[in-house]
Amino acid sequence: MPNNQAIVPAASEPAGAGHNEHPSYLLHHFQSVEQQADTSNFAMWLFLLTEMMFFGGLFTAYLIYRNWYYLAFVAGSHQLNVVWGTLNTVVLICSSFTMAMGVWCAETRRRSGLVLCLILTFILGLGFLGIKTIEYSEKIEKHHVPGFHYNLSSFLDPASDPEIFKEYHDKPLPLDIARHTELYFSLYFLMTGMHALHMIIGIGILGFMIFRARAGAYISGHVTFVENFGLYWHFIDIVWIYLFALLYLISRH
Amino acid sequence: MSEQNGHAHTIVGPGVYVAILFALLAGTVLTVWASFVDLGFWNPIIALAIATTKATLVLLYFMHVKYSTKLTKLAIAGGVFLFLTLVSMTLADYISRAWGSW
Repeated sequence: MPNNQAIVPAASEPAGAGHNEHPSYLLHHFQSVEQQADTSNFAMWLFLLTEMMFFGGLFTAYLIYRNWYYLAFVAGSHQLNVVWGTLNTVVLICSSFTMAMGVWCAETRRRSGLVLCLILTFILGLGFLGIKTIEYSEKIEKHHVPGFHYNLSSFLDPASDPEIFKEYHDKPLPLDIARHTELYFSLYFLMTGMHALHMIIGIGILGFMIFRARAGAYISGHVTFVENFGLYWHFIDIVWIYLFALLYLISRH
Repeated sequence: MSEQNGHAHTIVGPGVYVAILFALLAGTVLTVWASFVDLGFWNPIIALAIATTKATLVLLYFMHVKYSTKLTKLAIAGGVFLFLTLVSMTLADYISRAWGSW
């Protein structure tokens, strides 16, 4: 790129000669743009590692309780709809793709491409939350949300829940085992809820980025913000990939 | 691009992203299909293996780990190793605690 980012007036010095000639986004405590980018990239990764430990704790709790109350967890997971889960996985993978393309557009200085990718990511993110809302409302209708109104009838008498029964033919569970389905749903709502919270935060930041990108931000060669946000978004995608496997898929038999 | 952008910064192009997108979608179809087949003990293992493969593709290509600095790679590897150690030691404890008394 030509030296149109010089902070000194073009007439005072020949292009490229000034010792203080550097992009306006290079902070003074960094030696180079590359060092600055590597540093913030590394910091973002440290944050994501703490996030991994946070979600990892939830996953570990889930695995321990699933091991202890296996029958209840199997019966609980039969209440989840694999079609919605698969659709949401596809939506989230596509949103990760559009986000990755957004990073590429920023790197190659394509403003309209960047805005389009960010908007698509935003819409797909909202689509994910919409599908999650449908799933949550099914649980609310059936009183499968842990709490005072939790209803055990789907597990004590599976035939009373014909939609699930015709697919899985679950046997009735004794009361002490059926009670532990509430634990399954506690973890289900905790894990998918924390995931959805991350999505909501991400969508909020995406809205801010769309606003800024339309005004021409992120295409000056300084793509750190878009890149680091992309890392966050892909991390959420990875969390969902495991949630989908553990909550929806592994207890179908 | 000028030298301002640094020589080490690799730009991953749309071709790679499209390929990874299709690999991830294929992995999703495969894992859903596998969940309909009764493989007993192997169902969770296959589901987690496919999930880990998908996660690795996202990490390496979407998240550019393949092209990042050694420091970043080492930090991620260290973090994942620590995480797996904590999970496996915790699970080993819980699984073996009531050993023989069931």
